Amino acid sequence: MKPRFEDWALIKAQALITGKVNFQDEKLRVEFRLWDVLAGKEMLALAFTTVPKNWRRVGHIITDKVYERLTGEKGYFDTRIIYVSEKGPKTQRVKRLAIMDQDGFNTKYLTLGNELVLTPRFSPTNQMVTYLSYFKNLPRVYLLDIETGIQEVVGDFAGMTFAPRFSPNGKKIIMSFAMDGNSDIYTMDLENRIVERITNHPSIDTSPSYSPDGKYIAFNSDRSGYQQIYVMKSDGTKVRRISFGKGLYGTPVWSPRGDLIAFTKLHKGKFYIGVMRTDGKGERLLTENFYQEAPSWSPNGRVLIFYRETKTDSKGEGFSAKLWSIDLTGYNERLVDTETDASDPSWSSLLGN
Amino acid sequence: MNISKNYKNIFLAMFLSFLLSACATQTAKKIDSQIQGDVYTGTDTVEYLADGVPDRVFFATNESVLTTASRETLRKQATWLRKNPEVTVVLEGHADERGTREYNLALGERRANAAKDYLMTYGISSSRISVISYGKERPVDSGSNPLAWSKNRRSVTVKAN
Repeated sequence: MKPRFEDWALIKAQALITGKVNFQDEKLRVEFRLWDVLAGKEMLALAFTTVPKNWRRVGHIITDKVYERLTGEKGYFDTRIIYVSEKGPKTQRVKRLAIMDQDGFNTKYLTLGNELVLTPRFSPTNQMVTYLSYFKNLPRVYLLDIETGIQEVVGDFAGMTFAPRFSPNGKKIIMSFAMDGNSDIYTMDLENRIVERITNHPSIDTSPSYSPDGKYIAFNSDRSGYQQIYVMKSDGTKVRRISFGKGLYGTPVWSPRGDLIAFTKLHKGKFYIGVMRTDGKGERLLTENFYQEAPSWSPNGRVLIFYRETKTDSKGEGFSAKLWSIDLTGYNERLVDTETDASDPSWSSLLGN
Repeated sequence: MNISKNYKNIFLAMFLSFLLSACATQTAKKIDSQIQGDVYTGTDTVEYLADGVPDRVFFATNESVLTTASRETLRKQATWLRKNPEVTVVLEGHADERGTREYNLALGERRANAAKDYLMTYGISSSRISVISYGKERPVDSGSNPLAWSKNRRSVTVKAN
């Protein structure tokens, strides 16, 4: 049956969703229709059958379908966030890898907290995660399959490896390797295990992030004296500084749409999350705070998730770390609920619709 | 026109440097002489490897240069290490919380290596020294103020055996 569109037009609704849920033979059948209120026409109609405990997931898939039909772009609702769960006093934080649905539900802890873990990042193509672990007090980049729980060290380096990320096809890990006070950028091919050195400079080179076509790498270097953002070709040639605003710049992350680089900026004691074009022009600061960093893009490149820490009081108490999201306009900032304190979020790709 | 512009610039520079030095004196008074430049010079968090041998050295913001006081501390550590040839050490490099996590890991590593290099020039074999960076993960002072941050920018020499 058709809704009475006149009623909805009255409150200026442009689109309307109607739906029906049936429970049959232990299965949930969810039907929905998306209507164009002004034209009085059906825009989309789909039905899903699933086990009852998947009802939230079906909700997210429907939301993605609606988002895509209305905006012409893929959504980001059927996704997960991997992050670092934090507990305890600031001087002895216990950190565990945790994963949850994008809306904060279904939290699972992937490590026990016996060793320090940092900076988990999702593969853009499958359910693999790369992160830094201080297992046996040796800080090294690890690879973790979140389906099987199997993990392994990435490469055989005689020192700290850190700041890992996947290449866009998921076949390489790019990271920093620190040796004798100097950090440079390396890649390891996950199929043939070949390690390649990408930068060779006495400054700190870290936080590498590939462009979505894999042709370029944005990274953080202090070769000019202080932390700035640079872009180079993926073989390490044609290095070019792109951040020239006032202050220090870190954590460049290339948008999955390819058009923007998100970053953290430190200027006059404040931290900002911002975006700039890939040539460094058109810098826009989205949010300012006492401390925040580490933006990660939603898979459609419309929203950033990051973490924010609070200032402690005169007794050194009152510390907290939370996840926040903000859309590209900078107007829609939201706290992302987590069971514990949280940092270092990384957004997955769309799961499978 | 060029000349008058130059004079203007010189005057501006003089005025600014006057302002800066005025600010600097005020800050120094406030933090009751426990910070010089922005390097911690107090003894609040310092432990001792042996009598008169402090275990840590401190750094300025974003820097890994050893100060005169740091070099003196490290020379004492080197003397102590030469007297105790069976001892091996881990140098733990740290940063304050006012920087991005990954850069701070690299900075901590660079600071610990600055201390390691100095110990080596005073005759300590690199085989007795290992290095680890904790970045900003293990502050000693949980405060969010310049004094706390100065205590946290450090390289600590820890006995490993």
